[in-house]
Amino acid sequence: MGLADILIKFGLILIIFVISLVMAMYSTYAERKVAAFFQDRIGPNRAGPWGILQPLADGGKMFLKEEIIPTNATPFLFIVGPSLAILTACIGSAVIPWGQTMLIGGYPVDLQVTDINVGVLYIFGVVSLGVYGVMIGGWASNNKYSLLGAIRAASQNISYEISMGLSIIALLMLTGTLSLREIAEQQHSWHWNVLRQPIGFILFIVCAFAETNRTPFDLPECETELVGGYHTEYSSMKLGFYLFAEYINMFISSAVMATLYWGGYNYPGMDWVAAHTGPALGPLIGVGIFFIKIILFIFFFMWVRWTIPRFRYDQLMDLGWKILIPLAIANIVLTGVGSTLLTHFGY
Amino acid sequence: MSTFYFIAFLSIFFSILVISAKNPVHSILYLILTFFTFTIHYILMNAQFLAIVNFIVYMGAILVLFLYTLMLINLNKDSEPVKPFMIKFAGVFGGGILAVALAASLKSLGASDPVILKNPDLGLVKNLGKVLFNEFLLPFEVSSVLLLSAMVGAVLLATKDPKTAA
Repeated sequence: MGLADILIKFGLILIIFVISLVMAMYSTYAERKVAAFFQDRIGPNRAGPWGILQPLADGGKMFLKEEIIPTNATPFLFIVGPSLAILTACIGSAVIPWGQTMLIGGYPVDLQVTDINVGVLYIFGVVSLGVYGVMIGGWASNNKYSLLGAIRAASQNISYEISMGLSIIALLMLTGTLSLREIAEQQHSWHWNVLRQPIGFILFIVCAFAETNRTPFDLPECETELVGGYHTEYSSMKLGFYLFAEYINMFISSAVMATLYWGGYNYPGMDWVAAHTGPALGPLIGVGIFFIKIILFIFFFMWVRWTIPRFRYDQLMDLGWKILIPLAIANIVLTGVGSTLLTHFGY
Repeated sequence: MSTFYFIAFLSIFFSILVISAKNPVHSILYLILTFFTFTIHYILMNAQFLAIVNFIVYMGAILVLFLYTLMLINLNKDSEPVKPFMIKFAGVFGGGILAVALAASLKSLGASDPVILKNPDLGLVKNLGKVLFNEFLLPFEVSSVLLLSAMVGAVLLATKDPKTAA
């Protein structure tokens, strides 16, 4: 690997990092605007034209607030909690293929940080690590409500990880690879996996909601029961990190869903576009399409949040263990039988 | 090789911290770090699948449940059992004897030959899957029965006995 390649990778990592942060920032703005739209209000409109500077104002406010570490908290772990939350949120993007390989002046530029051959499992690893930020923060706060929030987060994440993994197995039976790059390449043009795995996709998106702690699964911070849940004791930018991590997680899980099920950077007619725009611009249009898909998913996350009320905790567990897991196993059996029959009859 | 020694040092360092930490929750957190160094060991041995499975299953699930349990139980100083001096002494003595026996038996084995893999890509998912489902199919399936029986046992223990339930 030459110096140029290293510089390109470094630049790509930097760009992805900045994009994740900007997406998260403007997701907070979009969330309020979407909420306003659903509730027939105007939403933030004071900071800048249409309120588009609102995220900056919020960020500034977060930095300037007083930083409080409760007397009986464990100081080190109290700081580790939010740091871990934002760290795990940011490292998930490393294996996502953002676009096809670009040719700039004949030099290939790979739009993926790293293509490890267990890419899907890497995403799972990062997701399962994400709960530690919440758990450690909630425990270190030394507060009953925080502890209850942390415990809810732990059991919820573990329960939904299982059905998420099972829903992915059915997909992997069809793709035959764990590399996200290869999965994206297989969905060329309109051969999107959602057409072959509709049940798997529905299971996956429900679990993604649970894993990112979004409504209707936001019981770890359920404010009607637990004050503020695991981040009750947090103030200033440490609270900001928790809130920010949620939006970055939303962005990453939208990207993963778009890659696994909705074709990633592929779109119908991409060959025609690529032939007419050249090897540098063609992949960039693909990246644009990919981001449109991601933004639609983020909108869907918000749409659900402002439409469906929160579950009760026993309902959440019932849904996870008694409905989603059996459904996921049935989906695996169906996929296995279906694909064997199709190969047998020569399709 | 120096990476291996560094990571091996970290593994041992964190595992000592696991048993020496005063607070059980801290001890679990050190255990998480220990398992993380194991993951790095697997990666150094080019066993990507094992590495990531160790990461997901041990770090991401089992230790979360450990932490979960520890957070729920009462960990006050006064609920901690005080052990008499003799028991502590007996523990240290027994452990020392075991260490001597282990060291002696390892020494009699002589220097081990470093294992050289015929196929360095053995740890990749594709190869591992083929080996598991061809050569080792029976033990693999039998171990799944073992897991199933463990699960049934856990459910049986957790459900209330209909006869004794009021």
